[in-house]
Amino acid sequence: MRRLDLAETPLREVNAALQVPVSGETSWEIVNPRGAHALAVGLDAPIDVGIRGSAGYYCAGMNKQATVHVHGSVGPGVAENMMSGTVIVEGDASQYAGATGHGGLLAIKGNASSRCGVSMKGIDIVVHGDIGHSSAFMAQTGNLVVLGDAGDALGDSIYEARLFVRGSVRSLGADCVQKEMRPEHLELLARLLDRAGADARPEEFKRYGSARRLYNFDVDNATSY
Amino acid sequence: MAEDTKNQPPRTPPIQSATFTNAVNAEIRRAAATGIYDIRGGGAKRAVPHFDDLLFLGASISRYPLEGYRERCGTDVVLGGRFAKKPVKLDIPVTIAGMSFGALSGPAKEALGRGASAVGTSTTTGDGGMTEEERGHSKTLVYQYLPSRYGMNPDDLRRADAIEVVVGQGAKPGGGGMLLGQKISDRVAEMRDLPQGVDQRSACRHPDWTGPDDLEIKILELREITGWEKPIYVKVGGARPYYDTALAAKAGADVVVLDGMQGGTAATQDVFIEHVGLPTLACIRPAVDALQDMRLHRKVQLVVSGGIRNGADVAKALALGADAVSIGTAALIALGDNDPRWEEEYRKLGTTAGAYDDWHEGRDPAGITTQDPELAARFDPELGGRRLANYLRVLTLEAQTIARACGKSHVRNLEPEDLCALTVEAAAMARVPLAGTSWVPGQTML
Repeated sequence: MRRLDLAETPLREVNAALQVPVSGETSWEIVNPRGAHALAVGLDAPIDVGIRGSAGYYCAGMNKQATVHVHGSVGPGVAENMMSGTVIVEGDASQYAGATGHGGLLAIKGNASSRCGVSMKGIDIVVHGDIGHSSAFMAQTGNLVVLGDAGDALGDSIYEARLFVRGSVRSLGADCVQKEMRPEHLELLARLLDRAGADARPEEFKRYGSARRLYNFDVDNATSY
Repeated sequence: MAEDTKNQPPRTPPIQSATFTNAVNAEIRRAAATGIYDIRGGGAKRAVPHFDDLLFLGASISRYPLEGYRERCGTDVVLGGRFAKKPVKLDIPVTIAGMSFGALSGPAKEALGRGASAVGTSTTTGDGGMTEEERGHSKTLVYQYLPSRYGMNPDDLRRADAIEVVVGQGAKPGGGGMLLGQKISDRVAEMRDLPQGVDQRSACRHPDWTGPDDLEIKILELREITGWEKPIYVKVGGARPYYDTALAAKAGADVVVLDGMQGGTAATQDVFIEHVGLPTLACIRPAVDALQDMRLHRKVQLVVSGGIRNGADVAKALALGADAVSIGTAALIALGDNDPRWEEEYRKLGTTAGAYDDWHEGRDPAGITTQDPELAARFDPELGGRRLANYLRVLTLEAQTIARACGKSHVRNLEPEDLCALTVEAAAMARVPLAGTSWVPGQTML
């Protein structure tokens, strides 16, 4: 394992080392992150990166292939636009966790703030705690799993993403409805929970998704917009 | 009967209202019948103060001109040298504005790349991601980073020559994208991760940042992902140009792109286009003020767009302090949009050449703003590219002609002192004297 100390090494050098890892180096540890923004962004190799502490905005942004494990909390936009790979956050995540993500798995062991999974495009997000308001806003595809509670306006203007919530939902957003939990959804949910190391039974969850009433403009739905 | 008429007192002739004109009444009837606002493409159609209200003074005894065709007048421009390791170097100060695949057909995007590359300038992606057609045919390609993030991925970020963070556009400052279901073909749907045929209304705000402090961190992230190589542009719609330019520069932009209300869009509400935002002419001087106040003028480049049609417009924008301009609508017209050769078909659509703006319906007879394979096949991207290249050359030659007449050996040396205004409004907005006077409204006393 190679160790990088952000107290001594500039962010640019740390990211450059992770983005173009020297041959054979597959495991990295970053110490003293001290809330650094844009840490471990743009990675594109099957490497393991452990961050010992909390990171700032956009940690692991646009990740491909890499596994990034944050042993702390993260600021806004963790794993934003992730393409593939895995990002694990031991603590809490601020706003926009997993925003616009296309693929991969984002597992948050604590809570996630508002707009979790906003405009998600294929990413899988599993939050062990609660999520804030306006989560999964305009969520296009992918899966959002919440073991705790969801805030207001969950899934507002949602497209084809699937939302699974074990706890309460304060309110659903426009065009988001509770849907039947069929066997294939239970199977999917079981796999997601397993991948995220979550101790919960699929049968405990409810599924939410799009009613598809707002897919094409209809003046009779104008008050929904 | 004739005798009866002869004896009647004179009648007041019918008078049409200047407020409730026939056009206004027709729109009221249309709204009453349909229950939906008018959606269209393009920019503001109403008359607003514009570059036509400015004139160049030219050289005489107090200034002397350069010899046309003999003495060199440079046109090159470098964009993005503030922080980027690889700034964009263009041969001419006219770029192609962002227009999406989806709004435009694949061949139309290809033609834009061909034409721009032939004359050494850049083209720009749009809301919907980067296509192989435009990357393959664009020597210099600017990749837009939009609120929707459709098709956004780190590979394309790195394949781009510059990144343009789009905060807004002149046709609809504060509004998001719109692409109606008719144009969401299988390919467009796949690129945007959307169901086929769905009305696509993309967000007006970025999903993972709010405000200038966040923007600074977002720019940092984009630079870190691309190794600090790519220039970062920030595009804003003309609304509060002083503050928006200042905040974009403070956030770390290499280039600010400022789009006035004449700038086009693929589709949005007519009421938005005509009633929100500032004319291009009103935007430039406040933006230049902002950069000058920060001692960043010419270090952070200013690209102006919205209603640029000819070399005089190019020269006037540069004289007011822009480093380059960008064209969208004019480029489409150069490709063949709204060409009278399709008049018969325009009439079938209830419109006429020059007025066709229902680009969102995807039935463009010219095959440019459509995803219909049969219509798109009408458009020849090689011919379109040549026409665009010709047009860009004319813009450049015209701007050079004016610059030489003002005694400038490079178009960038044009300055406000070379201009006067025909109207009080234009004089106030451009901060140049009213023609024949030394009066700059709002700046000097009569």
